[in-house]
Amino acid sequence: MIRSLLLSTLVALPTTALADRVLSIGGSVTEIVYALGEQERLVGRDSTSTFPTEATALPDVGYIRQLSPEGVLSVNPDLIISETGAGPLEAVELLRAADVPFIEVADGYTEEAVLQKIRDVAKALDVTEKGEDLAASVSADLDEAEAVAANVEPLRVLFILSTAGGRITAAGENTSASAIIELAGGMNAIQGVEGYKQVSDEAITVAAPDVILMMDRSGDHAASDDDLFAHPAIAGTPAAQTQSVVRMDGLLLLGFGPRVGEAVRTLAGELSETAG
Amino acid sequence: MVAMTHVDAATASDRSTTARWVMVALSVALVAISIASLFVGATGLSPLGVIGDLVAGRPVDLRAQVVIFDIRLPRLSLGLLVGAALAVSGVVMQGLFRNPLADPGLVGVSAGAGLGAILAIVLGGLLPPAVGTAMGYSLVPIAAFVGGWLSVIALYSISTRGGHTSVATMLLAGIALAALVSALSGIMIYLADDAQLRTLTFWGLGSLAGATWSKVLAAAPLMLVGIFGAPLLARGLNGLALGEPAARHMGIDVQILKRFAILLVSAAVGAAVAVSGGIGFVGIVVPHLLRLSTGPDHRYLLINAALLGAIILILADMVARVIVAPAELPIGIVMAIIGGPFFLWILLRRRGLLEM
Repeated sequence: MIRSLLLSTLVALPTTALADRVLSIGGSVTEIVYALGEQERLVGRDSTSTFPTEATALPDVGYIRQLSPEGVLSVNPDLIISETGAGPLEAVELLRAADVPFIEVADGYTEEAVLQKIRDVAKALDVTEKGEDLAASVSADLDEAEAVAANVEPLRVLFILSTAGGRITAAGENTSASAIIELAGGMNAIQGVEGYKQVSDEAITVAAPDVILMMDRSGDHAASDDDLFAHPAIAGTPAAQTQSVVRMDGLLLLGFGPRVGEAVRTLAGELSETAG
Repeated sequence: MVAMTHVDAATASDRSTTARWVMVALSVALVAISIASLFVGATGLSPLGVIGDLVAGRPVDLRAQVVIFDIRLPRLSLGLLVGAALAVSGVVMQGLFRNPLADPGLVGVSAGAGLGAILAIVLGGLLPPAVGTAMGYSLVPIAAFVGGWLSVIALYSISTRGGHTSVATMLLAGIALAALVSALSGIMIYLADDAQLRTLTFWGLGSLAGATWSKVLAAAPLMLVGIFGAPLLARGLNGLALGEPAARHMGIDVQILKRFAILLVSAAVGAAVAVSGGIGFVGIVVPHLLRLSTGPDHRYLLINAALLGAIILILADMVARVIVAPAELPIGIVMAIIGGPFFLWILLRRRGLLEM
């Protein structure tokens, strides 16, 4: 219901003056706005919008699912473009009541979905042609990267989201991590589990990953290679024997924005290095 | 004065004078803070401009109108009600269990409400689309309320035998129920996807950010019943402070008292938790601050707790909404960060009085 409501707003988009106070919610949306060269029109972002670094200078209206209606209104936006799942619903409803156009663009982990997201954002910003150009170049870039990836030996890749407390949270099926692994010519080692889940040590042994993939950032995600390979579940895997671990920036790897080609190329490169 | 036979008579009358003055001071403070809260927010808009425009019949900026009348005003109302309801329920629970650590959670209402909310967040998508659409964002509050009530009914029937409710059994059964509920919540957390996990976390931290008029109107009657009904229990709770047999000798029907107290608390807390999530702290700290300053007489305690609870929650919400503007902190965090050290400080200064 919500989605159809949002789509109807999308259709009924006012085509009068160009919105020049745009609030961008969601890391990939912000990246697209920058890639379209329309960043001058941004007045705010959410806390997941951390690329490019300039974006972090914009006022941060908080986490995408926990927007404060008055906080959002305080940056005085005349257009809000958001990834799926902005909330709470009460806040979104109040923003509608205050007559702020609110456009939600669909998320997805396929080439089609990324291109559609680019076109949707461009349409919202009323720069449809730039959007087509960007979609074409992202598509070409991704095709090229996939061509490279096609030559990669299909390794079993285990994406580890966190090893906090010695318990491994890994990516199952239908996750952004699983999608990017497959685009890069790898194979998600964890099958039969949906989403990001804590998995048992035995399940990891059975998954027998050739490579471990992790996000490159501080905090509990930054387990050192030694710690990682000393973990009882991982120690017995082929990845530990070859000491194969790939670390990549989280937003690049899992963002599914305009840099998806770069993400695939980088990951495919790392994977073929491991295989070679 | 019955409850105070153990207190020196002169002190008691001093204290009741103090309590009356505190009541006046808190009422004035509540009015002032309520008005102030309408002036505070991320947009920096002042209600005076909007009201001036309305009075003069000038066209009003729609956004300003939404900010004042649809964001800040319902939020203030919800803060008043939730703060008062939680603080009063705390007083009633501590009186009923004759235990200074009792909080509204003891009747199982918070645990049950939490489970209801978690079930709604994680499994809400499985409802037939028609039901989901009709419920909209009321689904979580309604589920929380129903969950709260179901667990109170369960606890009450477990601990009531032959027309007598044993508070000790209720306490223990409450612990068992809380363990069961937390296990069920754990299962839901395991099933939840990333987005739902975030929602769960934020729900647990509590917030008044989702305040809308429809929520206020739906939850207000139940909280008002709790807030205004509780003072009727004052004499009974004062009697109960001397122990159940003594209260019976004073002609208090202890069973009816218990039943009403539990009913009022579940109504008030169930509604409060449903609309604002898990806001802790108020139910314990407010009653103790007041006992430390004005003594244990429930006639004053219940009214003062309502006033002070509302004041503290509105103050915390004012901080929550501007401190990281344009984003917003969950109010539970603000409450604990400001309230924790403050409460410790009071305790250190007046620990001699704690032997209640």
